[in-house]
Amino acid sequence: MAQQLTPPQWSTGKSPMRHGDVPFRAGTVALASAVVLLVFAVAGMLYVSSQEARTAFGWDLLFGTVWNPIETELSPMSFGGWPAVRGTLLSALIALIIAAPLAIGIGIFLAELCPLSLRTPLSFLVELLAAVPSVIYGVWGVFVFIPFFNSAFANPISTTIGSYIPWFAGPISTGRGLLVTGVILALMILPTIASLTRDVLGLVPNTQREAMLAIGATRWETIWLAVIPYSRAGIIGAIMLGLGRALGETMAATMLVGNSQRISESLFAPATTAASLVANELTNSVSSLHESALISVAFALFGITLFLNFGARLLIWYVERSTRGGRS
Amino acid sequence: MDKYNYRRRKITDQIMRNLTAVATGCAVIPLIAIIGYVLTIGAGAMSWSFFTDVYQPPSNAVVSEITGEEPAYDPNDPFAGIADAPSEDPNAPVDPADNVYNAAPRGGVLHGILGTLMIAGIGLLLALPIGIFAGIYLSEYRDERYATIVRFCCDVLSGSPSIVAGVTIYVLVVLQTKQFSAFAGSIALAILMIPIVTRTTEEMLKLVPETMREAARGLGAPTWYSTFTVVLPAALPGIVTGVMLAFARGAGETAPLILTVLGSNIISTDIFKPMAALPLLTYRYTESPYPGENTQAWGAAFVLMMLVLIMNILVRVATRRTGGNSR
Amino acid sequence: MSALVLTDLKPFYGKRQAVKPVSMELARNQITAIIGPSGCGKSTVLRCLNRMHETIPGAYATGKVMLGGQDIYAPDVDATMIRIRVGMVFQQPVALRTRNVYENVAVGLRLQGLSNRKELDAAVEKALRSAVLWDEVKDVLNKPGTALSGGQQQRLSIARALAIEPEVLLLDEPASALDPIATASIEELLVMLKTRLSIVIVTHSMQQAARISDETAVFMVDASQGQGIGELVEKGETTQVFTQPNDPRTESYISGRVG
Repeated sequence: MAQQLTPPQWSTGKSPMRHGDVPFRAGTVALASAVVLLVFAVAGMLYVSSQEARTAFGWDLLFGTVWNPIETELSPMSFGGWPAVRGTLLSALIALIIAAPLAIGIGIFLAELCPLSLRTPLSFLVELLAAVPSVIYGVWGVFVFIPFFNSAFANPISTTIGSYIPWFAGPISTGRGLLVTGVILALMILPTIASLTRDVLGLVPNTQREAMLAIGATRWETIWLAVIPYSRAGIIGAIMLGLGRALGETMAATMLVGNSQRISESLFAPATTAASLVANELTNSVSSLHESALISVAFALFGITLFLNFGARLLIWYVERSTRGGRS
Repeated sequence: MDKYNYRRRKITDQIMRNLTAVATGCAVIPLIAIIGYVLTIGAGAMSWSFFTDVYQPPSNAVVSEITGEEPAYDPNDPFAGIADAPSEDPNAPVDPADNVYNAAPRGGVLHGILGTLMIAGIGLLLALPIGIFAGIYLSEYRDERYATIVRFCCDVLSGSPSIVAGVTIYVLVVLQTKQFSAFAGSIALAILMIPIVTRTTEEMLKLVPETMREAARGLGAPTWYSTFTVVLPAALPGIVTGVMLAFARGAGETAPLILTVLGSNIISTDIFKPMAALPLLTYRYTESPYPGENTQAWGAAFVLMMLVLIMNILVRVATRRTGGNSR
Repeated sequence: MSALVLTDLKPFYGKRQAVKPVSMELARNQITAIIGPSGCGKSTVLRCLNRMHETIPGAYATGKVMLGGQDIYAPDVDATMIRIRVGMVFQQPVALRTRNVYENVAVGLRLQGLSNRKELDAAVEKALRSAVLWDEVKDVLNKPGTALSGGQQQRLSIARALAIEPEVLLLDEPASALDPIATASIEELLVMLKTRLSIVIVTHSMQQAARISDETAVFMVDASQGQGIGELVEKGETTQVFTQPNDPRTESYISGRVG
């Protein structure tokens, strides 16, 4: 009883500070709700503003083949988004075909095989590349990659294989097109998929690897038969997030795809994507219907990336949860 | 020695392990090439006037040398001062000095640098309160059902294409006010920054040991008091890194700015008017037919790249020292 | 006749030597227990015996380990081949997550290219019977391995190791994560198995070593030079080690813990 401490003011339970918790919680909840509100604002705005075009054209907005915002004597006004939808899907598909195997390889290398001394710098590099603004990929694509691509691939391929397979048919004009866009998109989504793959592989308990090694499995067999099956869901999630990024990427596509509404079978020919269509035309829209049609395209883009993100998060969350359970 | 399928397995092992290394090389080489090109070509575009001057229309450099004065840029007549159109006949012999297509880059991107700092800065100011408090909510009340909803909405925002944020603000702000403005751009960037700030804050607060909260609670401190005096200060370095990354991300965004800020050729301080921004300049100069402006595009890309590089390296250094994790 | 002969085995973690040079012989068809306080390097030495040690980044070992007249650390020897001949069971029971009970046992044989269903069935049943698990799991062979109890999973791990018929089985504290009943069944199983192969078991329980082993090796930590370094202080018949230890450190360790 030697010490007679005065309790701090806030510990008495009577001080006004004690009541601080109610407004504190209310404040954080309110500002957290701003995030929720923002999502609803985006979705609601897209829904309402696209109403006009959606009621007028319905699914033709996505699958109609002619996009012509200005009525002329020869061609009636029409808002068919198929050139953009097709361009978006094809360029993202090309990106995914190139990037997914490479990125998974990188993820495996970083998480399982790479010497310790290389791991940190390589990981840093990969994360840095995910942070490079997309407009820079665009600049590089326009000035460096397209000239290289034209002379090394597009011209030789279009004059040889291109005469038999319409996908690779010439002529090469500017070199802008879906294939170039797809390759650059692949570079852009590589870091996303690779670093997520590395992370989910890192969640695999070491006991699984040791159990395989101990029965005489090689490193690769351990990875292929134990580590990858274990984290399969997470890897699929990583690919879905990469796909979402490729579908919604705007600047690189706008700068590289050529922005042509004509559907051409050749992947070397100029085309368009949903995001670049919106970026190019929205501020110059000629009528409220045109504007509404563009917002419908953005709405579709929002919907599909929302779906992909939701699915991907679910898969990654599933992996995280099941690893925690497995360790107990 | 082919008991146990030994040789086939060994060869598969070797091939596949090497393939992953090759994959890493395949990806890393073009990516290093991008950084390398931007840093080398971009550095070539650097000059004193690049940082101190604003847009100058491409013109015949020789003419201005002779007259000794730069034609002032008049926003109402942007083509004033352009001496020559490109020759109609591509085969006609052209005196390099006579052709605007051969003119050296003129002017600078000061307006873009200032514009980006202002637009992204205001965007960050808008994003900070929401992001940090939402992060506090997600961390301190992490088990609530509503927290899951907030977290999901955060993922939706960070996963949706940046053009969607641009469209939203274009419709809700630009069309309503009938005015492209830097402020609209700031709001659009804020939408993209909020999820980054929120998730970093949440992660960093979660790294603060539970024992620190318990100690404060044991002394009878209310939650808000311990959060502001104990938990937040402990997590501050991590939160600052998240804020820096959010700024770098916002400063590099282009698509939302096309729909909201529009761009400008002069230094403007009125945030309710169109403004220049580095990524916009990069984009426009890349699409420009004038080689001089193409060079400016590399220069603007260089500045953007430096911003991203410096922010990321700072974050790397900071997180290494505190032993924290940047994600 | 010895199953394994260690000569000047020195395990390293990066630059740090974990254990002073170890030389000993491990007898064939017997159970050798390795005991000692934590940090004495007993698990490290065990992991050197089938070259699992080097799977930890930066870890390596020097010296000789003779397995049936072959030095497993000779430069032309492949670690994978050694691990086929010297099996290992870990402290934590491991059921490979993505495989059912049957595949958990068959996986080693499949790696070696065995795909004949009949042969596989027979081998799996034999391994599960050897691990005294067959009667419990014969009806749930298609269930995920993770659905089994901890003790069953540990015997599943043993069955997986036995399926490829190793000459030596290494066990790293196989019972420390199990309850007493499961522990007893594992111990019983090991005693049965020693007629077929040689067993080396690391345990922190001296009672366990005394109950099941024929020979015992005692490791201690030598903390005299700054960082602690492991050291083999005594090896002999289990009864001798526990009743009349030659080394005073063994005596104090045993009396301190058992007494």
